[in-house]
Amino acid sequence: MGNVSAILRGMGRTVTDKLWRLGFASRFLVYLLVHSGTSFRRFRLTVKEIYFTGVLSLIIILVSGLFVGMVLGLQGYDTLQRYGSSEALGVLVALSLVRELGPVVAGLLFASRAGSAITAEIGLMKATEQISAMEMMAVDPIARVVAPRFWAGVLSMPLLAALFSAAGIFGGYLVGVRLIGVDQGAFWSQMQAAVDVRQDILNGVIKSVVFGVAVTWIAVFEGYDAPPTAEGVSRATTRTVVTSSLAILALDFVLTALMFTGGNGK
Amino acid sequence: MADVDIVQIESLTFAYDARPILKGIDLKIRRGQVVAIMGGSGCGKTTLLRIIGGVLTPTAGSVRVLGQSMGTLTQSQLYAQRRQMGMLFQFGALFTDMSVYDNVAFQMREHTNLPEDLIRDLVLMKLDAVGLRGASQLMPSALSGGMARRVALARAVALDPTLIMYDEPFAGLDPISLGVIARLIRKLNDSLGATSIVVTHDVQESLHIVDYVYFVSEGRVVAQGTPAEVRESTEPFVRQFLNGEPDGPVAFQFPARDYAADLDGISAA
Amino acid sequence: MNRSAIDLWVGVFVAIGLAALLFLALKVGNLASISASEVYQVQAKFANIGGLKVRAPIKSAGVVVGRVSDVQFDNETYEAVVSMNVDGRFKFPRDTSAKILTSGLLGEQYVGLEAGGDSAMLKSGDRVRLTQSAVVLENLISQFLFSKAQESKDSKDSK
Repeated sequence: MGNVSAILRGMGRTVTDKLWRLGFASRFLVYLLVHSGTSFRRFRLTVKEIYFTGVLSLIIILVSGLFVGMVLGLQGYDTLQRYGSSEALGVLVALSLVRELGPVVAGLLFASRAGSAITAEIGLMKATEQISAMEMMAVDPIARVVAPRFWAGVLSMPLLAALFSAAGIFGGYLVGVRLIGVDQGAFWSQMQAAVDVRQDILNGVIKSVVFGVAVTWIAVFEGYDAPPTAEGVSRATTRTVVTSSLAILALDFVLTALMFTGGNGK
Repeated sequence: MADVDIVQIESLTFAYDARPILKGIDLKIRRGQVVAIMGGSGCGKTTLLRIIGGVLTPTAGSVRVLGQSMGTLTQSQLYAQRRQMGMLFQFGALFTDMSVYDNVAFQMREHTNLPEDLIRDLVLMKLDAVGLRGASQLMPSALSGGMARRVALARAVALDPTLIMYDEPFAGLDPISLGVIARLIRKLNDSLGATSIVVTHDVQESLHIVDYVYFVSEGRVVAQGTPAEVRESTEPFVRQFLNGEPDGPVAFQFPARDYAADLDGISAA
Repeated sequence: MNRSAIDLWVGVFVAIGLAALLFLALKVGNLASISASEVYQVQAKFANIGGLKVRAPIKSAGVVVGRVSDVQFDNETYEAVVSMNVDGRFKFPRDTSAKILTSGLLGEQYVGLEAGGDSAMLKSGDRVRLTQSAVVLENLISQFLFSKAQESKDSKDSK
């Protein structure tokens, strides 16, 4: 009996810990947003961070997008031609990418590449007392170090998701039209007819912005909150990747439900 | 006169999560002095420095720095205070993504509107004062420990602060660098007309350069005086500290059970 | 990496990102075909709209000429009221008929407009008089079964 209550107490404590952490992270986000003036007034700082989060993620995003698109081409063709609908391949590839795979997979890749880098960097700055040094020099470290990284992530994510989708569609085109021989005209025209700018593309962009906010928020918070030791920073980096990935998948479900089903049941 | 005191601390108490760290500190630092705060590791001297810098708030007691009571400041007041202070962190804490030049120029660029060529002159002057004018384009990762410490020193005095604080400035340095830093601390203090607080446990170097010493042990000031007074002191803690004796008021053994009982316990298991 | 190189790469990154978005919008989606031209609204009442959704295409002779903008229910006549945005470039006579058709065998439903012969054209706010409801599959099947049952009954009777 004592063990059960101990387990329950342990669970209760974990839940309250997580809730407390969530509250703390929310206050952190609000403070960050309020003090974001510097990130925009001195846009140079944000530009530098866009380089590190966005530009350096380009290769992995483009290559992954290309491969995902090519696989979609192969798998899609295999299934569609069974129902004589192989000309709908363009539609399949485009909708899968623009609505789901682009934002989600690009988000996951972003979390593991850029998100973990941000956490490690901020955590390490904290561990080597650079953050304290900045504080003692009367420079707000959240405004100077954290906020530019946050906005860089939020701005980079939609661009990376769009690049992922574009690369994927190109990959699907390569496989479907060039390799397998689906009619080029049908590929593009059916795609254009079926993909709606407002419904599909805009919603995909909205998703990627939401994911960008979530991933970067988690990344900067974990970095700033990490215990100032080597072990603490490495654990925080892992937590960033895991929590961001789960957040992306959960938010994807919520957003998809809101955007693609309930909204237009007419 | 009261306003000659740059730092005035009375009955300062500080506890961290119900664990008392400072148990009633009384401390006065006059303008122009270089004061050492010495003690063993974990005695609370770094905490004291953080309270003076406004990073931590005292649990009880009064802390007045540059005429302001530190416990009640808003963030902008605190930042205004800090612009008159400079701090040298243990191991330097240089910004690793910037060059030596940018590190020293940091405060000038953040807090002033000086044109770049004027900043250039100032940065090179500060670096020259610490002997590293030729290293201005290096990155912190390319510097040795002693050099990094000196750059951090140049950075700390970039805006000619009124109060300069040093957290273990001699830690981990070779004898030559030790001598250099010690000399710089004194020289900069006098040439800038500033006041300096040096938290350290390096006795020999500090006694050469400071005007006054406070000894802190277990959260209290156990001894104080000029270097000459300290060398003559008969206070047991001071003697143990100065002579490096392994046992004395600061015990060798961490509190533990009776030795025999402990051994028996293990062998019985 | 000096400052100007970073700025250059970030500029390149943002440029190709925006280009990708543009590519998606124009080549992949149907932004180009949603013309900025004027649309005019007409309404049509149907007994049953089947699976017709908002934003479904309005086609005439197989060409998309507009989109369904709204679907409402008329509680007096118990009919569906479909509001349609027709591209202003295309004018239809007042006796045009509207049918709800299915694209392909089991595809999505759209409104097909067949032009009549009236010299007067539909204006914004007009109602299309002649309508044909959607073919509901279940009704079709039950009709088929009923007529099959009728057939066999007739042939039995005639024996």
